[in-house]
Amino acid sequence: MDLAYTPAEEAFRREARAWLAANVPAEPLPSLDTPEGFAAHREWERRLYDARLSVVTWPEEYGGRGASLAEWLIFEEEYYLAGAPGRVGQNGIFLLAPSLLEFGTEEQRRRHLPPMASGEEVWAQGWSEPEAGSDLAAVRSRAVRTDGGWLLSGQKTWSSRAAYAHWLFGLFRTDPESARHHGLTYFLVPLDAPGVTVRGIRQLDGEPGFAEVFFDEVFVPDDQVLGGVGEGWRVAMSTTGSERGLTLRSPGRFMAAADRLVSLARRIGDLGEAERLEVARAWMNADAYRLFTFQTLTRVRDGATIGPESSINKVFWSEMDLHLHETALRLLGPRAELTGAAPDAVAGGRWLDGFLFALSGPIYGGTNEIQRNIIAERVLGMPREPRPAKESQ
Amino acid sequence: MRFGLTAEQRQFGTVAAELLAKPDTDRWAALTDLGVPAVLVPEEHGGLGGDEIDLLPVLEEAGRAALPDPLVESLVATRLLTALGGSLATEWLPQIASGESLVLFADGPYLPHADRAALILTERNGTLCTATPGAPQPSTDPARRLYSTTAITPVTAPSPNTTEPGTSRPPADAAPMTATAPGAAESGAFRPSAGGASGAADVRSLLVEARDRGAALTAVYLVGVARRMIDMAVEYTRERTQFGRPVGSFQAVKHHLANALVAVEFARPPAYRAAYSLARGSRTASRDASMAKAMASEAALQTARAALQVHGAIGYTLEYDLHHWLRRAWTLSTAWGTPTHHHRQVASLLLDSEEPLERLP
Repeated sequence: MDLAYTPAEEAFRREARAWLAANVPAEPLPSLDTPEGFAAHREWERRLYDARLSVVTWPEEYGGRGASLAEWLIFEEEYYLAGAPGRVGQNGIFLLAPSLLEFGTEEQRRRHLPPMASGEEVWAQGWSEPEAGSDLAAVRSRAVRTDGGWLLSGQKTWSSRAAYAHWLFGLFRTDPESARHHGLTYFLVPLDAPGVTVRGIRQLDGEPGFAEVFFDEVFVPDDQVLGGVGEGWRVAMSTTGSERGLTLRSPGRFMAAADRLVSLARRIGDLGEAERLEVARAWMNADAYRLFTFQTLTRVRDGATIGPESSINKVFWSEMDLHLHETALRLLGPRAELTGAAPDAVAGGRWLDGFLFALSGPIYGGTNEIQRNIIAERVLGMPREPRPAKESQ
Repeated sequence: MRFGLTAEQRQFGTVAAELLAKPDTDRWAALTDLGVPAVLVPEEHGGLGGDEIDLLPVLEEAGRAALPDPLVESLVATRLLTALGGSLATEWLPQIASGESLVLFADGPYLPHADRAALILTERNGTLCTATPGAPQPSTDPARRLYSTTAITPVTAPSPNTTEPGTSRPPADAAPMTATAPGAAESGAFRPSAGGASGAADVRSLLVEARDRGAALTAVYLVGVARRMIDMAVEYTRERTQFGRPVGSFQAVKHHLANALVAVEFARPPAYRAAYSLARGSRTASRDASMAKAMASEAALQTARAALQVHGAIGYTLEYDLHHWLRRAWTLSTAWGTPTHHHRQVASLLLDSEEPLERLP
């Protein structure tokens, strides 16, 4: 066990820190779910890309710098400690890119990865449907064979960033006779294609962060299938374990928030015992998450793959993040309810924004109830929940 | 940066686990034969010259096995004697290494396993003392074998011989984050001082460190205790049927154990890190130890509740083994400082300062 970084890693930290200090905008950017905020965030992503810092772990030919996971951790720590903007391209970078790297053709990777990394093309996810939330295998949107490609029809919902995004990745049913996770195919779909209709859905913060996306016989050519017809489930699942267990939510984010919470508590001063203990708890949780990530990273480097235990991770960070922001609001007292538009708002309403966002954590990416079932059944080996009668044997 | 154990360290844990699982054996004798008490004893005193990290798997396996023996108390005493140096170290360390004598450090007024110990060290008002046991004070956990303290005798610190006057470190309460062995700050690693502790201030900081070490190592043990309770509960709920199905198939039962597992899996890295920080004399060792103990204690208490609940009435009896682990979780969650005590410690270190927050690495 050796928790020190190498000289090369420390040098990378200094490089990242210096670049961020010189480049992070002095004023926070507007919400990335507003037209002007979306544009400003894409410009920021371009600057990151030009400095080869937008996707540090990717191979160089796709816009990365071939960095190690330890360097990725370092970059994320520095990024959030510097107060840098949220990542508008994160759906593509964290959810699609690993699948493209593993299952994509060389042509697909070259076509999609660099513009994703530079913010030129922003991706939306198309997992959820009105009838399929955490039950991803209940997808009903369909793809019908046509000359040279497929015609997509159906509806996706709760699609983050889709109101502004350029592309969508999602699962469609290519075998009409299939059930559950069989017969699904992973498609890459341009959102400006004829037959696509996008309707923004205002989230709790008032901005159209979600969208419904309707597909009416939308044509996509064969080369926009990722990983083979009927292989959609396998492609989607292969990366959820390893990536969600490690790179989806970096500890850097939570560490920065926890350190800001401690600063807030110090500034307010004279806290009661209960508040002090909650601040300590929030900070310890963020630190524990960081250590857990070190442990996971070490295991991955030793050759292990991350499976269903990524659900343990998801339950922990989502609840930690919510508790951290709840604690901040409690410290703020009467100022907690002020939005960023209020003259008296503390830190531009950042704690309230963070709280609203954290509320989504236990819901998205598979609700925490589903994650707990996965932990119980697939990590602990407890008996499966009774399934509907039609599926029992 | 590597947060994991070596193959040798894991192997040491595996062998210990096999010994601990053997029925009808003297498990402490078996661990002694394996060399566990000798790990922290320096080679010049007949020990193996290892550190806390080498012992992590053994401590966790001891928890899994609900080993009743005073492993943590013994390891804390060993480190303390090593840092003190002098005649105490010369006299006792070889006996610890060989398994001939049990030397314990006791935290608090009651002395666990005092009937077996050749020497009991403790702390009173910042002074290192030896303790003499009195009447038994039965614990809810019979394996703890507590005794009251009838007499304490201050131990005079060995006279300084290598440390220059004026170089001794400030009292622990003035700088709790630097409570490490003499010489540790300069080298960045724990090095038992060649000359031994040099004065009252050094001894006070060694005593703070001893309690931090007890908290940190108990945290590792508690992770093992909790993990075993989850395994027992999983096994039971797979077999036990109600309404025609295993009770483990019900979501309410599953979620109790899933929540317990989340708590335990996130308590382990802080416990390991605290042992690492103590072994290396890290500046954050005291905060790391408190964090580890707070999180492991809460994880163990939560797991104990969950395990008892999903076992139902059988878990509430002495006819079923779960009670050994329940009792160990309850008593060890308060030993070496309650969760609230350690939360307060962390809160104080984070909030009662203007210094920038330090995270190591």
